[in-house]
Amino acid sequence: VRCVRSSARHRSLPDVTSRGTRKGRAVAARRRATSFGPDDLDVDTALDLLTTMWRIRCFEERVGKLHHSLQVHGLIHLSIGAEGVAAGVCRQLRDDDAVYSGHRAHGHALAKGAPMDRVMAELMGRSGGLCQGLGGSMHLVDVQHGLMGATGVVGGNLPMAAGDALAGQLRGGDHVTVVFFGDGAVQAGHFSETVNLAALWELPLIFVCENNGFAEFTPRSAHTKVASVCDVVAPYDFERRIVEGADVGAVWTAFGEYLRAARDGRGPFLLECSTHRRRGHYEGDQQSYRDALADAEWAELDPIARLQTLALERGWIDAQRAERIAAAADAEVTSAVEFGRGSPPVGTRDAADLVYAVPGASG
Amino acid sequence: MSHEIPYIAAINEAIHLEMARDDDVLYYGQNLATTENDEFLKAFGGDRVRVTPISETAEIGMAVGAALAGLRPVVELYMAEFMLVAMDQVVNEAPRFRYMSGGRVKVPMVLKAGYGFTAGWAGQHTGCIYSMFLGIPGLKVVLPATAADAKGLMATAIRDDNPVCFFHHYLLTLEPGEVPDGEYLVPFGEAAIRRPGTDVTIVATGWMVGKALAAAETLAGEGIEAEVIDPRTLAPLDTATILASVDKTGHVVLVDQAPRHAAASGIIAGEIAEHGFGSLKAPIKQVTGLDTTIPYSQPMEAFVLPDEAKVAGAVREVLGTAPVAA
Repeated sequence: VRCVRSSARHRSLPDVTSRGTRKGRAVAARRRATSFGPDDLDVDTALDLLTTMWRIRCFEERVGKLHHSLQVHGLIHLSIGAEGVAAGVCRQLRDDDAVYSGHRAHGHALAKGAPMDRVMAELMGRSGGLCQGLGGSMHLVDVQHGLMGATGVVGGNLPMAAGDALAGQLRGGDHVTVVFFGDGAVQAGHFSETVNLAALWELPLIFVCENNGFAEFTPRSAHTKVASVCDVVAPYDFERRIVEGADVGAVWTAFGEYLRAARDGRGPFLLECSTHRRRGHYEGDQQSYRDALADAEWAELDPIARLQTLALERGWIDAQRAERIAAAADAEVTSAVEFGRGSPPVGTRDAADLVYAVPGASG
Repeated sequence: MSHEIPYIAAINEAIHLEMARDDDVLYYGQNLATTENDEFLKAFGGDRVRVTPISETAEIGMAVGAALAGLRPVVELYMAEFMLVAMDQVVNEAPRFRYMSGGRVKVPMVLKAGYGFTAGWAGQHTGCIYSMFLGIPGLKVVLPATAADAKGLMATAIRDDNPVCFFHHYLLTLEPGEVPDGEYLVPFGEAAIRRPGTDVTIVATGWMVGKALAAAETLAGEGIEAEVIDPRTLAPLDTATILASVDKTGHVVLVDQAPRHAAASGIIAGEIAEHGFGSLKAPIKQVTGLDTTIPYSQPMEAFVLPDEAKVAGAVREVLGTAPVAA
């Protein structure tokens, strides 16, 4: 039932396809009929996406609690509601593909392969953290898994990702760069400059916009007259598309097409994912500026519930297996918290030594 | 062996040599390679030598990303002030990433920026903004005053694993100097003693080094032997050489073209006051630009800037050989 509803919602979204060609429209029409075509998503992929989304959801819900109890401090932004984008994009990437993220990065990091225990330890400010506890929630870096960086300044990651794509292009091969950003970044100058150069130099860069309709505390309508982010880049004439971010199959399919093209050296591309931000801009945000989505309405949108329902309908899993996937994610979070608690804060002398790279240093 | 070339040619020589030595070095910026006869374009091709639109944020931000990916970009910014439109990348991304990653990444890149063009270029192309970057841990700040240093410091900057702001003074552009042939590296954090002396320590940077040396010659005629020190790099700063000189002379004049409250001389004065106070026989004197925007009018422009006479006057003042104005 949820799937039918999901398709109906998807149909109501604007149809922005590559250059409005007849072929583009046909592809889009086929996709709207069902986001999870059997050709697109096999059982292993579906279960990997479901597992990934549960891992992110359980991780972030626990982070919210730890923040409330002051075991995670500072500024925390949760992506609950947008797990479908992180999973649908990052699970198709290789470790040697690069991802740049922003202040709402936990989901991207986990989906890209960053070890959960080290991400949790980072949020807890411990030496065992991904960045020795020196970066925190907004600055996760895991080069080994291709998470090249996350910036706390909205839009700051965009030109950096283009630089990574330039490096990839110059070196040859099929390296692809992905940059995540919100619709709020689009009104910043970084965005225009980066889009222009990425188009001019035909960089193998995929822009993935998580458009949750809010730039921090104010709605998109307060910032721009342009209807969609796809419209903003229209003059540059590269391929772009809007998908429903909570429809992980739609994200998977659309991103997969762009990824294959980028591997062939084409680019850039824009995938605009309509998402819903379940939590405030940051943990503790009173959200007086908006009406929260009713739980019942959210249940219809929830990317995890929708994929789980589909998996049950298709007979890919039974109810017990579904329970086990969620429980395993929660147990992984528990052990990640234990890992964090067992890890000491970084030593002060070591911290000062890391300001400058010296010959022979890591990195 | 050496050869005499202008300061700007020495910088280009270093970039050229480093690009030949290391395929990972890129060179791009606005108005670069405007013709097919461009020496860099001919030698290294359009992949590594690129012209960019007027997009400083993208230019510098892409350098950060390319550096994180293992390349060594040199961004041609022409005017130092053009960095100001991209301060997020210069201040908040390039120098922060290594630290925020817990030391897991490095950002080897060079921002090549001319500064101090006080020759009628008025308020927005004449600034001495280098000292604002001294408060940004993770950045290195380089100010060559001679052609040889311009070459040697640029080569070192390109090989350095950190973001380096390479500030070259526009009024030195065509100043000729002897430059060593071939590979030539000037280490960061080693000041040069441009003129030895025993009576007073003058610390000067960039274009001001020449003013200080000229003042020292005048003062020598009065029996005053000034030691002129050029730090060459402000971050890292060679405080040891400065303090050793102060210990010898007991008198200090600091010369900086920047406005007084944005001058690196204030930071040097702080180091001397904290670590060399016992050597001082008189208060430290700073000769800086006035706290104004650089005016267009030629006499006004000269009025707000340090010059040879102001430096010599400051030396006489700290040595007590000239009456202090009432």
